Amino acid sequence: MNAWFIQHRAALAAAFRRLWATPLNTLLSLVVIGIALTLPAFGYVALDNLRDLGRSASGVQQISLFMNLEAGKKDVAEIENRLRQAANGKWKFVPKEEALKRMQASEGMAEIVASLPRNPLPDAFIVEPTNTEPEALEILRKEISGWPKVAHVQLDSAWVKRFDAFLRLGKLALWMLAGLFGAGLVAVTFNTIRLQVMAQSVEIEVARMIGATDGFIRRPFYYFGALQGALGGLLAAGLVLGALHLLSGPVGELAALYGGSFGLRLPGVPEAAVLAALGAFLGWLGAQLSVSLSLRKFD
Amino acid sequence: MIEASNLSKRYPGGLDAVKDASFRIDAGQMVLITGHSGAGKTTLVKLISTIERPTSGSLVVNGQNLSALGRHAIPHVRRHFGLVFQDQKLLFDRNALNNVMLPLEIAGQPRREAIRRAQAALDKVGLLAREKANPIALSGGEQQRLAIARAVVNRPTILIADEPTGNLDTESGMAILDIFADFHRVGVTVVVATHDQSWIERYHPNVLRLDHGRVVS
Ligand SMILES: Nc1ncnc2c1ncn2[C@@H]1O[C@H](COP(=O)(O)OP(=O)(O)OP(=O)(O)O)[C@@H](O)[C@H]1O
Ligand SMILES: [Mg+2]
Repeated sequence: MNAWFIQHRAALAAAFRRLWATPLNTLLSLVVIGIALTLPAFGYVALDNLRDLGRSASGVQQISLFMNLEAGKKDVAEIENRLRQAANGKWKFVPKEEALKRMQASEGMAEIVASLPRNPLPDAFIVEPTNTEPEALEILRKEISGWPKVAHVQLDSAWVKRFDAFLRLGKLALWMLAGLFGAGLVAVTFNTIRLQVMAQSVEIEVARMIGATDGFIRRPFYYFGALQGALGGLLAAGLVLGALHLLSGPVGELAALYGGSFGLRLPGVPEAAVLAALGAFLGWLGAQLSVSLSLRKFD
Repeated sequence: MIEASNLSKRYPGGLDAVKDASFRIDAGQMVLITGHSGAGKTTLVKLISTIERPTSGSLVVNGQNLSALGRHAIPHVRRHFGLVFQDQKLLFDRNALNNVMLPLEIAGQPRREAIRRAQAALDKVGLLAREKANPIALSGGEQQRLAIARAVVNRPTILIADEPTGNLDTESGMAILDIFADFHRVGVTVVVATHDQSWIERYHPNVLRLDHGRVVS
């Protein structure tokens, strides 16, 4: 066992002791850090679930393709050909005669249809692409519009686009929130460590005078900041999990009302580890800034 | 060995606390630094232990030129010294044993070895029975002895003390004197700043007398 390892272990032990020594302070700091991490983490999980929800609901994305009225059998065959090549999904041809028959079948339309001199409806295709990403749909729509004898292409996914835009906005807001609360965490750690350095100024002074290196003096504070941040991160993971647990029942019922079966995706060990690591990093950053500033007066 | 030539220290604010001091302390010697209050004893002690840096002149300790020392070398040089401060600087947030262990922690000693050596140092100054006591619960003489235990625990080659008998009665002062004499006897270089005359009567050490920062004898 070399001196390096011994000193790091001692610094970690010292950090634990400091956390234990002032349980109330530690608890309050952890709650502040925990909440600071909970809000963005919860937002992240919520957005993640919403995106899943949007995906599953947008399974019936359709593109309706209407031909020119004067388009003939040859033109239809051409479009079929192109669809076969372009659309990697299902599509269905609706001839104008069938469209007219359907129209006749609907209530109150029979007489109107009968009074028409000729069939006013165009031939049409209903395309169901496999890739239902809003961007992919939009690209496909543009492509089809350029095909010969195509009068109009209609994308039945306006709400998906809106939903997607909403998700993107949510994500942006989430990042801003995370940045804000992350800065808050750094500030909380900064202040905690500043007070510790002040409380231990005699120890720091003595240690320096009898040969302590910079690293020896700083290390316990770094470990403290990182440890406190990591514990706060774990607390946040617990809070998010608890909140989702409470929500999963009502969300399931709501989904059932709309005929869907939607289960909340709960964060697991990897997500908790990420939160802890994030907390540790921010805590370490706060400690680093604080120690660098506070130790200046000892030089 | 400590060798100073034309050593001067001027604090920001004006006066030379130590001025053109040249002297030599051989390894294993016991040297007393005396002089009136404000003569520069503490300043000289701080210069030797690298806590203060000289304004001019040179100071060589154990073959190392302290005035040319880089920032990162200083902590390692300091570990050769055992320091007893004028105001002791004991830590009141931990017990006696943990106070004595601090230099060993700094040196990266394994914990068990550190405890063993700290207990030996406490035994040496007659405080082993009080190892669990907080320094605040110790008498003035005991606190001074605790400070000495912390200074010697890492087996320094040079033991430097600033007024170690300053505010002690004669009897406790004598006990401290004897501890330093013990270390001197086993080959440790002992440098003590004091105006306590009983040292001279008892041990006839080499004396470095300061007057307004100058070495007068
Ligand atoms: N940090 C400092 N800044 C400015 N001046 C100082 C500083 N430390 C000491 N001095 C001055 O330097 C001179 C020498 O001080 P020093 O403490 O070395 O004396 P001393 O011999 O140890 O005195 P005493 O016997 O009272 O402890 C004094 O005039 C003192 O006021
Ligand atoms: Mg003094």
